[in-house]
Amino acid sequence: MNTLSAKVQSVFEEPGCATNQAKPDKERKKGCNKLLAPGAAAGGCAFDGAKIALQPITDVAHLVHGPIGCEGHSWDGRGSKSSGPMLYRTGFTTDITEQDIIFGGEKHLYKAIKEIVEKYNPPAVFVYQTCVPAMIGDDLEAVCKAASAKFGKPVIPVNVPGFVGSKNLGNKLAGEALLDYVIGTEEPAETTPYDINIIGEYNLSGELWQVKPLLDELGIRILACISGDSRYHEVACSHRARAAMMVCSKAMINVARKMEERYGIPFFEGSFYGIGDMSEALRNISGLLVERGAPAELLERTEAVIAREEERAWSRIAPFRERLTGKRVLLFTGGVKSWSVVAALQEAGMVIVGTSTKKSTPDDKQRIKELVKDDAHMFDDLKPREMYKMLREARADIMLSGGRTQFVALKAMMPWLDINQERHEAYAGYEGIVALIREIDKALFNPIWEQIRKPAPWDAVAGQHELWIQVA
Amino acid sequence: MARVIAGEKRCTVNPLKMSQPIGAALAFMGIEGAMPLLHGSQGCTSFGLVLFVRHFREAIPLQTTAMSEVATVLGGFDNVEQALVNIASRTKPALIGVCTTGVSEIKGDDLNGFLKLIRNDHPELGQIALVDVCTPDFEGAFQDGWAAAVTRMIEELVEVPMFGAGLSRRINVLPGSHLSPGDIDELRDLFEAFGLEPIFLPDLSGSLDGHVPEQFMPTTLGGTSLEDIRKMGSSCWTVAIGEQMRGAAITLEHRTGVPYRLFDRLTGLAVNDDLMSFLAEASGVAVPVKYRRQRSQLVDAMLDGHFHFGGKNVAVAAEPDLLAAMTHWLSEMGCTIQAAITTTSSPVLEGIPAAEVLRGDLEDLELRAAGADLLVTHSHGRQASERLNIPLFRVGIPVFDRLGAGHQVTVGYKGTRDLIFDVGNLFMANMHEGHPQTWAPWSCGAHGPADAHESQ
Repeated sequence: MNTLSAKVQSVFEEPGCATNQAKPDKERKKGCNKLLAPGAAAGGCAFDGAKIALQPITDVAHLVHGPIGCEGHSWDGRGSKSSGPMLYRTGFTTDITEQDIIFGGEKHLYKAIKEIVEKYNPPAVFVYQTCVPAMIGDDLEAVCKAASAKFGKPVIPVNVPGFVGSKNLGNKLAGEALLDYVIGTEEPAETTPYDINIIGEYNLSGELWQVKPLLDELGIRILACISGDSRYHEVACSHRARAAMMVCSKAMINVARKMEERYGIPFFEGSFYGIGDMSEALRNISGLLVERGAPAELLERTEAVIAREEERAWSRIAPFRERLTGKRVLLFTGGVKSWSVVAALQEAGMVIVGTSTKKSTPDDKQRIKELVKDDAHMFDDLKPREMYKMLREARADIMLSGGRTQFVALKAMMPWLDINQERHEAYAGYEGIVALIREIDKALFNPIWEQIRKPAPWDAVAGQHELWIQVA
Repeated sequence: MARVIAGEKRCTVNPLKMSQPIGAALAFMGIEGAMPLLHGSQGCTSFGLVLFVRHFREAIPLQTTAMSEVATVLGGFDNVEQALVNIASRTKPALIGVCTTGVSEIKGDDLNGFLKLIRNDHPELGQIALVDVCTPDFEGAFQDGWAAAVTRMIEELVEVPMFGAGLSRRINVLPGSHLSPGDIDELRDLFEAFGLEPIFLPDLSGSLDGHVPEQFMPTTLGGTSLEDIRKMGSSCWTVAIGEQMRGAAITLEHRTGVPYRLFDRLTGLAVNDDLMSFLAEASGVAVPVKYRRQRSQLVDAMLDGHFHFGGKNVAVAAEPDLLAAMTHWLSEMGCTIQAAITTTSSPVLEGIPAAEVLRGDLEDLELRAAGADLLVTHSHGRQASERLNIPLFRVGIPVFDRLGAGHQVTVGYKGTRDLIFDVGNLFMANMHEGHPQTWAPWSCGAHGPADAHESQ
């Protein structure tokens, strides 16, 4: 547990994190782990966060050491897509029982790894520690080391018992596991001046594939995506990239920063959501590659692709603009997605009437403020009851949020669109923004709204069904 | 008689099983104005919540004591106290059902003692019913947690009647966790048709049947009222559905003297005949015309459907009571149970119409299902179904890739009739039609006639 505490502490002191650096020494030591309020908390644990970050590595076995609740309730539930291997979708768990609690679960874990190697022979096994085996003192690192030596293949300990903290902390601890045990352990067959890493992109609903064709066209090679649609070998070789883009806000900033420190790979922070951000990302990628020695003509080719794609995207959005102009959007999502989606929606003429900043950094908040000016409320913690009231009173036309608040909107008879990780649509790049606008249009103009907002005949006779008639 | 065996694997692959705490939490979700609370780290709650949201497509009230590493070492009293106080002030529930998890069980928190102390210190908890239940996730499975929660509610909430039981037309119904909100609705209609007044404990049909409430509810949207639970001691009978509910029915009988009758399943013709006879006797009312007609429709469906079921090989994976219901019914329609996989121990397993019942996972199902005509399990069977190219009929929890899971009805004459249609249609959609080579083994090289047919 001591090494884990030290690791958690080091992640909290992350110098790449601006929020963290702004704090006085004493506060920084406490870490950025907000204390959770019992009975009023929502959100995943550190194990959840680590699994989200690493499961997109498609050809390895992901083994969860814990009781059935950890893997049994969550396996095959995440929308990360693969272009090849499917092993990542297989749920592996030690499913520990009372026997293990009494005698210790280490032998059980070792044998489980052995069975996986014998039956599935993956290039590596990732082993996730959870609360119960951490409490009974199972030494995850020691078992993985022994198994790795015995079976002659990497067995990677991911020490993330849920009770150490939030999903975000789990993302970072997952990154630490890659830095400690995976990155830099293998060499690529060849390198080019156009090799990049994309860090913090999980290929949800195949979003990476909305971006990759443009990179292919420019001759830019994704040496490793960490971790969407990646193979173990690619991540292990990622230290040979020339430049990196860090996608998901601060989730894996420790990976990007430490790779810069250790291997001299410069990175920038960007987003694939929205036309402007997508163009900026392409520009930055090419810019960094040219700085690192790629021929300067890449910049011109990049600008040409950007110009072509922007024009094409705008022309595809134009038909929607008329219908969507002035539509009021409530946007509830965490961190990076807030500001990058805001820009995209505004491109289609919509007005943001409210957005959440619960998971946003001060930096994120500033960006949102600049984007939405004065016409939007920024909510730090909007309770579902108030959210429902806003929607019921029709102070917005559509809500975009994650699955948790889906029914707050739907039960208020308000159009809703899923923009979190469980969603089924892909919204990245120039293709994705057009898809997002199309989905919003579909949701807003579906004929059900008019029908269901009309009162039942017996209510209509009674007189008032207040708002909906006026709204519809 | 089936041989019941436990798997020897050390690594569970593609889990079938879910854990006790969320089984218990779902039982509490069948109570009006309830807020279930898992005493563990916040992931325990968040995984369960997402699972139920995807299955029911409804908002799910479920909270956490959010145990941190330090709290886990020092004990969870403060967290439980804060959670109860926070829930009381934010959501004003009628009942808080507190379930332990692996984390709090290993620490050894005395939850029952905690609740007594906390209630003494916090008058603001007032009338809120507090029920604790012991549900470590390293033991048992989902249906065990459900049954434990129902038993605890009976112990804590049912009042002992002053004049003994048996005079009213009230009847208690204890449905197992394998019954959907739609099943409860179906049974309520049936019991009421005999002039009985059923109290379901729990009643998911009030809370998770997918309706649109008039106002925002932070707790469950409906379900059994506390008032109804209190008066269960003066009912004439208790009907328990599924072997998992036997313990709860016995507890209720011991506490109040209300006798119970257990139906281990309500899918099929004969079992529903038994239920009708029982209800006619208990109520003194003849079986209503509506149900006589439904019986006749079921008989006709069996006549029309048996062509498609006879001789089919089916592989089933489910919790014990659901496994029993599905395998007995399929076998009564002429199917052979090629594989039967389950999650936890139960007396019903020995009676299952298969050579062997394995406590295992969906990898076991996949290995034993090769060549079968149909897979029956929850949505996680979809990968095996694709790989084996065998159709999947989805039952149980979770069903996240189809609509209407909450309204799937498998009980009663009508439920069985519709089940015959749904499963029969799957068989029909996957019929192997003959083509010129089907009966010409020589054209397939070295294969014999049997192989040639199989390879279709």
